[in-house]
Amino acid sequence: MIIDVFAVLTFCAGYNTSVVLAGVIALGIGGGVIGVFPFLRKRALISDAISHATLPGIALAFLAGIALGGTGRNLGFLMAGAALTGAIGIIAVQWIRDHTRLPEDTAIGTVLSVFFGLGIVLLSHIQTLESAGQAGLNSFLLGSTAALTGGEAQLIAIASAVAITFALAFMKEFGAIAFDEGFAAAQGWRVARVDLFMLVLLLAIVAIGLKAVGLILIIALVIIPPAAARFWTDRLGRMIALSGAFGGLAGWIGGGVSALFPAMPAGAVIVLAAAAIFTFSLLFAPSRGVVPWSFRRIRMRLAAAETRALLTMAGGYQPPDPLARRIARWRGFTGPDGRLTAAGAAAVADAHRQQRLWQAYRQQHPDAALPFNPLSGFRIEDVLSADIVAALESDSV
Amino acid sequence: MNPPRLIPFEAPPNANAHGALAPLSVRGLTVAYDEKPALWDVDFEISQQDLVAVIGPNGAGKSTMIKAVLGLTPTLAGNIRAFGKPVKHARKRIAYVPQRTSVDWDFPASAEDVVAMGLYGKIGWCRPVRRRHRGSAREHLDRVGMADFASRQIGQLSGGQQQRVFLARALAQEADIYLMDEPFAGVDAATERAIVDVMRDVRSNGATVVCVHHDLQTVGDYFDSAVILNIRRIAAGPVTDVFTEENLQAAYGGRLAKTEIRAIADSA
Repeated sequence: MIIDVFAVLTFCAGYNTSVVLAGVIALGIGGGVIGVFPFLRKRALISDAISHATLPGIALAFLAGIALGGTGRNLGFLMAGAALTGAIGIIAVQWIRDHTRLPEDTAIGTVLSVFFGLGIVLLSHIQTLESAGQAGLNSFLLGSTAALTGGEAQLIAIASAVAITFALAFMKEFGAIAFDEGFAAAQGWRVARVDLFMLVLLLAIVAIGLKAVGLILIIALVIIPPAAARFWTDRLGRMIALSGAFGGLAGWIGGGVSALFPAMPAGAVIVLAAAAIFTFSLLFAPSRGVVPWSFRRIRMRLAAAETRALLTMAGGYQPPDPLARRIARWRGFTGPDGRLTAAGAAAVADAHRQQRLWQAYRQQHPDAALPFNPLSGFRIEDVLSADIVAALESDSV
Repeated sequence: MNPPRLIPFEAPPNANAHGALAPLSVRGLTVAYDEKPALWDVDFEISQQDLVAVIGPNGAGKSTMIKAVLGLTPTLAGNIRAFGKPVKHARKRIAYVPQRTSVDWDFPASAEDVVAMGLYGKIGWCRPVRRRHRGSAREHLDRVGMADFASRQIGQLSGGQQQRVFLARALAQEADIYLMDEPFAGVDAATERAIVDVMRDVRSNGATVVCVHHDLQTVGDYFDSAVILNIRRIAAGPVTDVFTEENLQAAYGGRLAKTEIRAIADSA
């Protein structure tokens, strides 16, 4: 069985499975790349309204397909229907936001539930029909890569590549509007139109991903990868690349597993894979992760307590608080009797000098000194060049 | 789109005309949020190479005025011209420095990235920011004394440094008129100095600065002219002319003690 998983994930499990997997990976990359912009615009939740608003479109497209004499299961046709009602959903959210005093989250919640309700009503109507083709429609709720044909996967991959190309071409514009809407508008940009274009790309990803991932969970594909990528970098370009990579990775794992176990909904597996990436990022990303941050916090507390202890002892007093006292004792600055040791005296003199130099540096170069916290235990010689330290030394005596 | 205006019968026929090529000319500007007017029939004109402070108490419509000029907020009435043209045809000549608190500083961008946004008009849609644009952005950062901070994430800068990044972004636009919304709010002395230097620098290159300002004490030192607003325009002109006890009383009323008003009027 492990061999099977390995075969699928390395594209060795037959042509069709490989094509499907490639399609889902392309979809994951697309979701990751395009999701960055609504995320930065703080409108990520609108993707949930879009995805739920596609359900009535799918059902209507199915009914229209049958009325035209087909099976109603042509994926391109169903996607078009999904995109149509998805677009109506976007317009509804936008209109409520712009013309009433309701906040956007309320507009999203309303539109989402109304469209989803309408879709469910239509689906239950379809269930009563004699037509044989309705069974496939359920995969649009939870997604199934096993149900994808090679041709459908190709369609997904191509549409995703087109959407990614547009998103990268407009990266500068989307980024500027997300950062500073007023500045963009002052340059004469039609902010509302650029926003709408961003949402159209989002709609495209949602529509093409419906069958593979399912409309309930596809929101994860456009929200979780950017959120995970944000933990690793402070640069927009890198964030987009990382987010695309995370989305592709989640698609690879989720799509592979779902191809192997048709009963396992692809959407759920993709979400779990994405969640694993997100959790790892949240905990361990070096600059913004929780664990490295906590370590920095603890180290800083200890360093500050030590500096506090030394500076108080320089004034001839006992360290001020229990933590500072314990550290002074532990570092051997004070003996068992609580008196300053020789090592302690040297450390006190050094701390005193460091503090004096930092003080002088802060006074003379307030801007440059800003990123350094003297309590964090940095030695000024390690941070500044020798000539500056020498100048401070002569000034501060 | 010229709104009808009430012109007294005895007024000369050109009373509603705009100054020929004034950098900024505002006539009858009226803005209201719901029922309450934010600006009411405001007229003023700004001449070239002028440093202009827009002052008035909180809620006087200062920021609203800047936003209305830029077309960022809908107006009920009024005619605004920049260099004799409607503002939307003169955008390339106008740079805007928004309030620092209006954006999310946790955005994944470096100081240099933000300054490069000032070049987007020149770079054009869908074209990448190239090496020479980055070089230009760094030069503008250098002008505000921020060259060493080019690659730092903007959230890690102090308030004053963030303000200077905004200023550098406006400089990168190489505009003829700079509209600044409270650049002096909450900044350190070094930044205040840097902003004043930059304002004088762009003035000597022929540009005009219009700046929403809060500190009445420094208006006389930093600016040539002032527009005093309190929903309506109270006065506009050279600082020495408009900073009278009467005008300040009309604008600030009970918000400033009589003695304070007198002291400010005397110092101007």
